[in-house]
Amino acid sequence: MKNSFVLLAILALINPALRVVQASEPDGAELYQQNCAVCHGVHGDGGVGIPLNLPDFLAVASDEYFRATLREGRPGRVMPAFPLLRDDEVDAIIAFIRSWSGEPGPDYKHVAIDGDPGRGRKLFGDHCAACHGQQGQGATGTGVTFSRPRGAPIMAPALDNPGFQRSVSDAMLKATLLRGRDGTPMPSIKAMGLNEKDADDLVAFLRHLEVGSPSDKQAATEPVIRFESFYDLEQTLSNLKQAVIGRNFRIIREQYLEQGLAEEGAENKRQVMLYFCNFAFLNDALAIDPRVGLFLPCRITVLETDDGVEVMSINPENLSRLFNNRELDKACQQMHDLYSEIMEEATL
Amino acid sequence: MRKLLAILLLSFSTTIVSKDLYMVRTRQPFPEAMSTLQEKIAGKGYQLSRVQRVDIGLTASGYRTDKYRIVFFGKLDEIRDISERHATLVPYLPLKIAIFAEGDETILLASSFAHLRSFYPDSDLQADFDQWEKDIEEILEQVRATE
Ligand code: HEC
Ligand code: HEC
Repeated sequence: MKNSFVLLAILALINPALRVVQASEPDGAELYQQNCAVCHGVHGDGGVGIPLNLPDFLAVASDEYFRATLREGRPGRVMPAFPLLRDDEVDAIIAFIRSWSGEPGPDYKHVAIDGDPGRGRKLFGDHCAACHGQQGQGATGTGVTFSRPRGAPIMAPALDNPGFQRSVSDAMLKATLLRGRDGTPMPSIKAMGLNEKDADDLVAFLRHLEVGSPSDKQAATEPVIRFESFYDLEQTLSNLKQAVIGRNFRIIREQYLEQGLAEEGAENKRQVMLYFCNFAFLNDALAIDPRVGLFLPCRITVLETDDGVEVMSINPENLSRLFNNRELDKACQQMHDLYSEIMEEATL
Repeated sequence: MRKLLAILLLSFSTTIVSKDLYMVRTRQPFPEAMSTLQEKIAGKGYQLSRVQRVDIGLTASGYRTDKYRIVFFGKLDEIRDISERHATLVPYLPLKIAIFAEGDETILLASSFAHLRSFYPDSDLQADFDQWEKDIEEILEQVRATE
């Protein structure tokens, strides 16, 4: 008994969440603004994420769907999981989202729908694949990204996503198909001339989609790419510039790491950063995900220490994981190869 | 007793879970959000080292915003000390926050240090990561909450 008390005391000390547990009711509106508004918009009308305030969505989305969605996120499709939100905080956010329609969410019975997946596949190919992709992988891009006009149609979500599949029930899938989503490109299947039986077959097919595992989120790789240089600092820098220009990139800026922090003239002159970019590269990257600008323009740093001269950069391979965006995989790999080639050429 | 130990362990593991990315939307337009950001950075005792444009030529190519900047900041002593002891962290310094316009609103984001932690297990660095994450998260929250 005594031991338990000691343990509980330790527990409370190390876990700040436990200490504030009774402090106050969570404020759903505030939590929504802090965690969701950045992508789904202040009023839920979408942005980087799809809209959450549409009557047709709120009418079919159960509270269980929301809870599971926040627990699982959408691996590789930008929407993060929120492991740090407590259950009561999640419920407060849901209650806030519900205030947009003023109606409670639907309560589905948990019965599997019995349809013909083979027939469903055919229907899907004919009626759905144009927007959702042959394998239900979703459109390229998510929601309405900020690089596209606000009025542009919302991108179709990934139906094969493990986070979606684990959150949605058969009944909610069926209700979604029968109803459609007014205000988005998603039609009601009735408007396509399909009936309830077709809906069952489509649901059966959606349940047969090959779903990636939620744990295939790659592990973090080495945080930096680095090469030792055989030249002195000045020569290394000049080699770098040549290698950069040789690949059709423009030098944007050269500065000391401490520039702007140390007094002018007193900076450590043995740490130099070189910024470079080209517009096509920049635009392509930002069009996939506007957030990658955080790591642009490209930068390589040259360091002189007592052991010699080294060049290094961040490892862009970590970025698609950081942004939870699989569409960045290719661009990040390209950026990784570009950095490595430039550094290798400049140091050998 | 066993159960309590299990809870204890679980609670350890949940405290380790951290965000990869900090992102907020403020209803302030870009110029106002930018000056609020700089004010809040200074409020945490950091010095602004540079504001880098990311958007040169963006509108020319049909992009929706030409308001995209990276704000760099740091503390000289800290940067000197860390770059001396852990040279490979230099590509991640100074600290930075990206800020860009989305219509009349502004989005801000920064990376956490979660992806670096397993590579730099020294406890003094972990403490630096903790402090930076806390400061960055608070700076963003303050900008978000400014009307
Ligand atoms: C970093 C951006 C981002 C953040 C932050 C974010 N979301 Fe999302 N969310 C998305 C994207 C993108 C999708 C669509 C995924 C797809 O296209 O497959 C999505 C999808 C969803 C869906 C499924 C919608 C549907 O029509 O089925 C729900 C529900 C949702 N988000 C709720 C939330 C809530 C609540 C929060 C805050 C706790 C949140 N999201 C935070 C980007 C985000
Ligand atoms: C014209 C393009 C288009 C067609 C055709 C289309 N969809 Fe959709 N679908 C969308 C869009 C866009 C959304 C996202 C709506 C939103 O923002 O809530 C969506 C949403 C969905 C959802 C909900 C996903 C989620 O994350 O909430 C399901 C399920 C779905 N569609 C299945 C289908 C099926 C099955 C068909 C064929 C019968 C189909 N769709 C046809 C564009 C389309």
